[in-house]
Amino acid sequence: MPGDLREGPIVIVGASLAGLRAAEKLREEGFTGSLTVVGDEPHPPYDRPPLSKQVLLGMSAADTTGLPMRRDPDADWRLGVRATGLDLVGRQVLLADGESLPYDRLLIATGTRARPWPQPEQAALDGVFTLRTREDAGCLAERLAAGPRRVLVIGAGFTGSEIASACRERGIEVTVAERGTAPLVGALGGTLARLAAGLQRAHGVDLRCGVTVTALCGNDGGRFTGADLSDGSHIDADVCVIAMGAVRNVEWLADSGLAAGPHGVACDAGCRAFDMYGIVTDDVFVAGDVSRFPHPLFDYQMLSLEHWGNAVAQAEVAAHNMISSGPPRRPHLAVPVFWSSQFGVNIKSVGVPTYSDQVVIAQGSLSERHLVAVYGYRGRITAAVTVNMAKWLEYYQGLIEAAAPFPPAPGAADGHPLVTEFALPSDVPDPRGLSHGPTVALTGHLPDRRLTVVRPAG
Amino acid sequence: MRLVVDLTRCQAYAQCVFLAPEMFELHGEEALLYRQEVPDEQLERVRQAAAACPVQAIPVGEAVSARAR
Repeated sequence: MPGDLREGPIVIVGASLAGLRAAEKLREEGFTGSLTVVGDEPHPPYDRPPLSKQVLLGMSAADTTGLPMRRDPDADWRLGVRATGLDLVGRQVLLADGESLPYDRLLIATGTRARPWPQPEQAALDGVFTLRTREDAGCLAERLAAGPRRVLVIGAGFTGSEIASACRERGIEVTVAERGTAPLVGALGGTLARLAAGLQRAHGVDLRCGVTVTALCGNDGGRFTGADLSDGSHIDADVCVIAMGAVRNVEWLADSGLAAGPHGVACDAGCRAFDMYGIVTDDVFVAGDVSRFPHPLFDYQMLSLEHWGNAVAQAEVAAHNMISSGPPRRPHLAVPVFWSSQFGVNIKSVGVPTYSDQVVIAQGSLSERHLVAVYGYRGRITAAVTVNMAKWLEYYQGLIEAAAPFPPAPGAADGHPLVTEFALPSDVPDPRGLSHGPTVALTGHLPDRRLTVVRPAG
Repeated sequence: MRLVVDLTRCQAYAQCVFLAPEMFELHGEEALLYRQEVPDEQLERVRQAAAACPVQAIPVGEAVSARAR
């Protein structure tokens, strides 16, 4: 009954953006029961996007990006303690310190972590970094301030590209190594990625595509000195940043019976988690980067998004639904939007560019550093990417939501004819062939890919 | 007090840059960089910037106070 839903303990596992916004929303909508937020990092929620921008540029210290509360959620913050298990039947979350937290409803918002370099001994070399947490950013910023001779960035996704951009802006030589054909190809497809490659090279990045890094090398003192590449070359560098995408924090759910796997925790459009049989739960909800949810605009495929805006929007829907029942529950139907600033340009995207077969440049051109690329799939518009033309994003979002025909009619935007007369293949690669992870992943229809993974017994 | 900018919404109208230039700056034509910790003497300017933002993308609030149990 709705009255009861405003009481009873709620536990949120994950104390970052999604966890905070969900906690605020619960109170805003009248939840009066006890609220506990568990986070494995010792810090209150902080904002991560500035870590690869303001912090690496030296404008802000890494420990100054704490998020503002829009209202005090009056929560019990259990920070610096990891959740280690979930008992769906007994309705409790198990913590690393041995305690268990009973819940009436649970929100899973454990997000992602940086994908580590696969060789732990090489990853432990002094000078090898990943970038996900405040500590990562603080240490890396310090190392960049010390003026390294060269930085090697492995993986040319958005994070890797932003790191390379920050290095160049600080006058530091940088090599970017990417297994795919070009930077950002996993998120934007091959056509725009060629433009991204030109941008990097124009800013003095030593960009090596189509190669893998086969070994990180260190000296006797355990200090990183360089890396070997698959083409037989060697890069001398003082600092290495592993920017190979993200890993979903789902290990704590392995024995829970939820549909949790490498792509995240599957949930319905109302943010309710599926169990491993594909049956929707009614007391466990998911939001943010760790979630995997169906979207009607993209053929109901399950989407995994690593987007700031999705974390906020989905957390708010999850919180609303946690204290609502029946028809007042809302679907999470927000169109994915993300942004990245690098090499002096602002890139924004709406929709899912990888859900496409063709692309046209609808406005502008790269030589002007202003453009809108519009993506289509089987004759309808599914995404748009703007470069320094963010004000147009909303217009194209409307076309995506309306399933408008692709290519857009000449003059659909600003009265000018389309820049490219013909649509080009959008050239979306298989993400398995990339060093970076795409931040938008279409993960198919199955609620539980874990069932397809053979796990050794014992 | 602290702030964050919802860059999903931001369209680089740059009203915040005019009203609180020590807190916000444009990096290139439309990439907004900002400082999140608001010093007391900037608070009024930041409030004006948040109010003036045409797309209402600047939440301002207290830092999370993580009370011990």
